[in-house]
Amino acid sequence: MSTAPFILNNAFRSLYSAAGLGKIAETEESAATELMQVHKKSKNIEIHKLNVNINGNHILKDINLTIPDKKITCIIGPSGCGKTTLLKSINRLIDTSAGVHIDGTVLIDGEDIYDRNTEITHLRKKMGLLSQRPTPLPMSIYDNVAFGCKIHGIRKRKELNVIVEQYLTATGLWDEVKDRLNSPAAALSIGQQQRLCLARGLAVEPQFILGDESTSALDPISSKRIEDLFVNLRENYGIILVTHTLRQALRIADHVIFMYLGEAIEQGPADEFFKNPKHDLTKQYLSGVFS
Amino acid sequence: MKLKFIQEKIFNVLMLLSTFIVLAFLGSILLTIVRHGLPAMNWDMLTKLPGGGFYIGKEGGVLNAIVGSLYIVGASTIIGLLVSIPIVFYINVYLEKRSIAGYFTRLSFDVLYGIPSIVYGAFAFAIMIYFGLRTSLLGGIIVITLLIIPIFVRSMDEVASQLPKDLLDSTYSLGATRLETINVVIHQIAPGIATATLLSVGRAIGDAAGVMFTAGFTDSIPTSLSQPAATLPLSIFFQLSSPTPEVVNRAYASALLLTIIILILSLSGRFIMHKFSKNKI
Repeated sequence: MSTAPFILNNAFRSLYSAAGLGKIAETEESAATELMQVHKKSKNIEIHKLNVNINGNHILKDINLTIPDKKITCIIGPSGCGKTTLLKSINRLIDTSAGVHIDGTVLIDGEDIYDRNTEITHLRKKMGLLSQRPTPLPMSIYDNVAFGCKIHGIRKRKELNVIVEQYLTATGLWDEVKDRLNSPAAALSIGQQQRLCLARGLAVEPQFILGDESTSALDPISSKRIEDLFVNLRENYGIILVTHTLRQALRIADHVIFMYLGEAIEQGPADEFFKNPKHDLTKQYLSGVFS
Repeated sequence: MKLKFIQEKIFNVLMLLSTFIVLAFLGSILLTIVRHGLPAMNWDMLTKLPGGGFYIGKEGGVLNAIVGSLYIVGASTIIGLLVSIPIVFYINVYLEKRSIAGYFTRLSFDVLYGIPSIVYGAFAFAIMIYFGLRTSLLGGIIVITLLIIPIFVRSMDEVASQLPKDLLDSTYSLGATRLETINVVIHQIAPGIATATLLSVGRAIGDAAGVMFTAGFTDSIPTSLSQPAATLPLSIFFQLSSPTPEVVNRAYASALLLTIIILILSLSGRFIMHKFSKNKI
């Protein structure tokens, strides 16, 4: 599934048809392709010497990482090793916690996200988040997907309808909910709620998707569906997943980061990482000495 | 029988007993006002202003007090909501969970919550004298608004402080500013807003001491904010003070009206908020 090009194509189509320019299909196609290429251009996340202290506790220690775009990167490691803190440092959700002190740089598209001039809302829009438990907004199914678009200025009902349908389709939810878009999102099953949250995140057109153990609260079937969606979405988005399940990382990761006690111990392409771990701690973790 | 089952039975009986005592009180209050008030209740009570000599048993009704009470309650509830929601939003979304400012704000509202309405009335009266103002509808609205803001804030805050952090984080991660989360917050705390409104309306419509000094009393319906306004509790008070038995019974009829108005407001409040809170997570 390739959602972003689909959206872009569609956006162009509606733009041209609105302007009565339906005939110049060629221009339309080439413009769409051009934009798609811009979108597909690789934009990695570079982290240099990131240190995070929360209330005097040194949670992340000298983290240096490169997280590739258009790939699934899994962050693994035992509980309390700083996986979630690292994830929240990437979209600056960490700022909302009390007593946080951050040092170092995180570059996204070459921009330091901790720079004073960085617009935090713009950054967060680029980094879609899917949390551990589904957190649908206290609104209808439709409004859940439309909410993000509305705060970014899309207000026309027609446009919103197109977006809602596209992203609910992209997450395989459209057929299940198309007849009850105005029902409360809380009435959906947990698995459906998580897919709705994913659709909501995708609707603001992020560049990366951050998943914080996004499948751990779900039943195996729903969990599989979310995993499959991640695999399909990596064509257009960089996906960063914190996972507690080693098997999940084995199944879907392209790139793996292993963390232990606040340090990034080892990172690399999944094949190499799992077949030939270099660090002793990684070997022990992978062989189940600790978890 | 095992001890835990005996405990279960004893507590069952105790709980039933307390429920019964409360219901018995409610029942006897309602019975008293219905028994005395119903015979005195007639269409004139609802639709007419007090005529000359109403308080010594002549013709008339309490329309002045019904309208005055509704004016004051309606306006103070709306103003109270408009002032309280931003306060609750600020202390729960903008301030950190354990901030000193939040602690002192909550403490202040707890103190204000406990201040009797006569003190609010006296305070407002002193200010009105200072500015050379007379008793008026506006004075009544202001003092009742001040009286109910702490109720609004504390009862909404109880619910808002339970806002899931994940919910706010999800909203921020869509690129929302703190202000833009208000839509989410209001939907989530809608049941709290409903409860707060019902408590406030009940307190506002039943208050006599606060409005006595500020809104005054009149036998006509105020046509501007600067005119005095009658209220149902004061009207009941004046009728009850009458030596004439018919007027005392009319006081019970007015009390019955007040109870019915509260019932209608409560039910409609619950109905409206039920609609709003259906999406709550």
